Amino acid sequence: MRYLPKSPEERRRMLEQIGCDSIEQLFACIPAEVRLSGNLNVGPGLSEPEILDYFRQRAAENGRGYAYFLGAGAYDHFRPAVVDSLISRSEFYTAYTPYQPEISQGTLQAIFEFQTLVCQLTGMEVANASLYDGSTALPEAVMMALRATGRSRVVVARSVHPEYRQVLKTYLQHQQTVVDELPWQESGQIEEAALRERLGSDVAAVVLQSPNFFGVVEKVAAAAPLAQAAGALLIVMITEPVSLGILRPPAEADIVAGEGQSLGIPPSFGGPYVGFLATREKYLRSMPGRLVGQTTDARGERAFCLTLATREQHIRREKATSNICTNQALCALMVTIFLSTYGKQGLRELALQNLSKSHYAAERFRQAGAQLRFRGSFFNEFVVAGLGQRPRLAQRLLEERIVGGLDLGRFYPELAGDRLFCFTETARREKMDQLVRICTE
Amino acid sequence: MSNQDIKKAASHVTQNEWLIFERSAAGKQAYQLPPSDVRVVDPAEALEPELIRMEIEGFPEVSEVEVVRHFTRLSTWNYGVDTGAYLLGSCTMKYNPKINEVVARLEAIADAHPCQPEEISQGCFKILQHLSQLLLEITGLDAITLQPAAGAHGEQTGLLLVRAYLDSKGNPRRKVLIPDSAHGTNPASASIAGYQTQSVGSNAAGTVDLSKLDRLMTEDVAALMLTNPNTLGIFEDQIRSIAEIVHSRGGLLYMDGANMNALLGVSRPGDFGVDVLHLNLHKTFSTPHGGGGPGAGPVAVKQFLEPFLPVPVIGENEGGSLAFNYDRPQSIGRVRAFYGNFGVLVRALAYILANGAEGLRRTTEDAVLNSVYLRKRLEGTYDLPYSAPTLHECVFSDKKQARLGVHTGDIAKRLIDYGFHPYTVSFPLIVPGALMIEPTESESIQELDLLVDALQAIAREAEQEPETVLHAPHYTRISRVDEVQAARRPILRWKPATEPRPT
Repeated sequence: MRYLPKSPEERRRMLEQIGCDSIEQLFACIPAEVRLSGNLNVGPGLSEPEILDYFRQRAAENGRGYAYFLGAGAYDHFRPAVVDSLISRSEFYTAYTPYQPEISQGTLQAIFEFQTLVCQLTGMEVANASLYDGSTALPEAVMMALRATGRSRVVVARSVHPEYRQVLKTYLQHQQTVVDELPWQESGQIEEAALRERLGSDVAAVVLQSPNFFGVVEKVAAAAPLAQAAGALLIVMITEPVSLGILRPPAEADIVAGEGQSLGIPPSFGGPYVGFLATREKYLRSMPGRLVGQTTDARGERAFCLTLATREQHIRREKATSNICTNQALCALMVTIFLSTYGKQGLRELALQNLSKSHYAAERFRQAGAQLRFRGSFFNEFVVAGLGQRPRLAQRLLEERIVGGLDLGRFYPELAGDRLFCFTETARREKMDQLVRICTE
Repeated sequence: MSNQDIKKAASHVTQNEWLIFERSAAGKQAYQLPPSDVRVVDPAEALEPELIRMEIEGFPEVSEVEVVRHFTRLSTWNYGVDTGAYLLGSCTMKYNPKINEVVARLEAIADAHPCQPEEISQGCFKILQHLSQLLLEITGLDAITLQPAAGAHGEQTGLLLVRAYLDSKGNPRRKVLIPDSAHGTNPASASIAGYQTQSVGSNAAGTVDLSKLDRLMTEDVAALMLTNPNTLGIFEDQIRSIAEIVHSRGGLLYMDGANMNALLGVSRPGDFGVDVLHLNLHKTFSTPHGGGGPGAGPVAVKQFLEPFLPVPVIGENEGGSLAFNYDRPQSIGRVRAFYGNFGVLVRALAYILANGAEGLRRTTEDAVLNSVYLRKRLEGTYDLPYSAPTLHECVFSDKKQARLGVHTGDIAKRLIDYGFHPYTVSFPLIVPGALMIEPTESESIQELDLLVDALQAIAREAEQEPETVLHAPHYTRISRVDEVQAARRPILRWKPATEPRPT
């Protein structure tokens, strides 16, 4: 076995030194009746070419060369070559959680930079070292608000990613918490009157997503005072953070959380991604997850380490702010490299190209007689109304190697036949024209 | 200070590097976008004016070579498995094969969109299905979800399954029992499933005390959460009786699979009475830890828990093609968006395929051989609080050295000077001053002998020149870090300095 650094002779010598006659004897402490008698039915070990071949076959079964006009929480952005090149430094990817700061300063400083970038992007004061993904960042943010307020009801917009809301429901099912839903209005934004109605002295948090699941930008600045006047925290979820290159950050919110995939992480059939969570300083001690802080070493030099661990599971056990143990350090590193590469000007330019492509496509749809479902401002996603009735649409798109949007009926029965499209900087004009033609002919 | 004993490492020059923000100067750039093939819109025209951002204050502006040097320099300040032995107990820091990185990045695998049509996702489905089948064979269980993103996430999922099942029987019960040697995530995960936790003491042999378990295992207990082999590296030899006590009172046996590396091809949890098991693919199945994630924490269960698994599960269409099945009325729901950390699952599958049955078994044999060898060679030097035979890891205490004022944390820091990543410090909690060592199968006898020499030399130093140990590490870029100051006055982000930046 090529991963095992021992010769038969070395194994024999080691056994001799520990006074064992056979390898079997090492396992004598396992009662015979629960020891496996035969071999596992796993097959023979494969060589590298065979493994490569196996996965190339799987890739071929997926099919390649498709143009993606699909977002819905996972975005097709170009990943600069430096991202994979640098995360492939094995000192990064083969390291563990940085418990020993003296030999983990690389990971620690990178996370400190990640925390800073997330604050700058979101307009918040503190950010954690990351969470599993956007969908689990939502319940973490909500549970944080429940702790901070001591209240038991949350109001969640229906325009928050449906799968995120499903995850929230799973997490809260045994927490004696009520979840109220908030409808959208014609613009695609939340209905403010409905929000006023639902607010009350038992509401811990109001949750919006912006741009929301339909791609529409929410008016965070208007919602925040309503929630906060009622003593609730405003949580703003973000699934497409490239939008923050051009959209005002939700600085009025109390917690901004979301998904960092679009900042340099491949779609990879849904994961691994990276969740982020940022907040105001006054809520710091209610925050879940790891935090990296700046300090000094014994010689007075700048150094970084994990800090404020008294919130965490290994100290607080069942009273911890979360059961989360690690973060998604390598994915957070991808984000840090991606944002360092694009930087202040680049992220804006990137966002502007997304905005331009999506507005071009929207215009083409309108010219072809199709209607957008919502009137509100959008970034790189929008919903085209009533395409589902067209026979063989999905088939036709695949034949032209186009992954063309998501039928909303799966999540919103009342929107069946409406399609959610996404146009990033990778969208080419001819392909967009072709998409619109197939969808509207 | 003596350093003639340090054979594995020598200090060398490393580069200094500032924060990326301190490298920034207006107008530098590391990117170039292709020209837009559509008209570039005026943001003021596409968006309402109050929605537009003017600039991202403080964001860095650097060139490509600076990005590359920045992160390359940071990387050299880290220690990884590729650098050398990484002794953290219960963390299974084994070698991460390079081919796994290649296959996870293949076109049509890395860029598969989670919402793309089933017709062009069959390869992904097959990967998920194949990995599921292999993990079930390895664990001896009947059904599995690959969704959980990490071990703690798997624990939470597993306990939600326990609760859903007991709920369906009419009584969810209120408590979960956890041995006092358990990982801290266990109680934290139980509380998310709405359970109170109660600790079960260990006996003198370091295993679950059957009489205590018998007394605590009431009809109000939903499950016992067991790590086997436990965090002392000891196999619970009374596992059959434990399972019987738990099952006879209507409870379920949950196993934390953190230590599965001791059991591959040797013993299967499904065969010794376990009902729910979470695996840590980033431990046993070699997926890189990444500096603290991403991982994956699949949960395997007995058949009677299958209806409760998170949605979606993989099913077959009439024509034989694969698809996700969401029609699961008894499911606990979704535990994360999409289908789990797919890229991690790909790597784990590649690892299992590379090993095959024989390789997996040999992996476990070598992991145990390494650990027992270390134990044998160090037991005169360090106190061994439990004498029972151990498998893949062993736990010493600092009892002998503590008398000299040198504690496990100090020994760990000094071990860094000797070129090793330290063991787990002060865990499990039942061993005061614990040194918890898991060498894994990835270490050669040469590396192990160097480690033995290092730990013996440090024990000598503790006697002859304790100050050397107490102020270690001496040869790292930075000296011991002031963690108290970090917590007392938290600085959690960079802010523009008022004083001039470093040159």
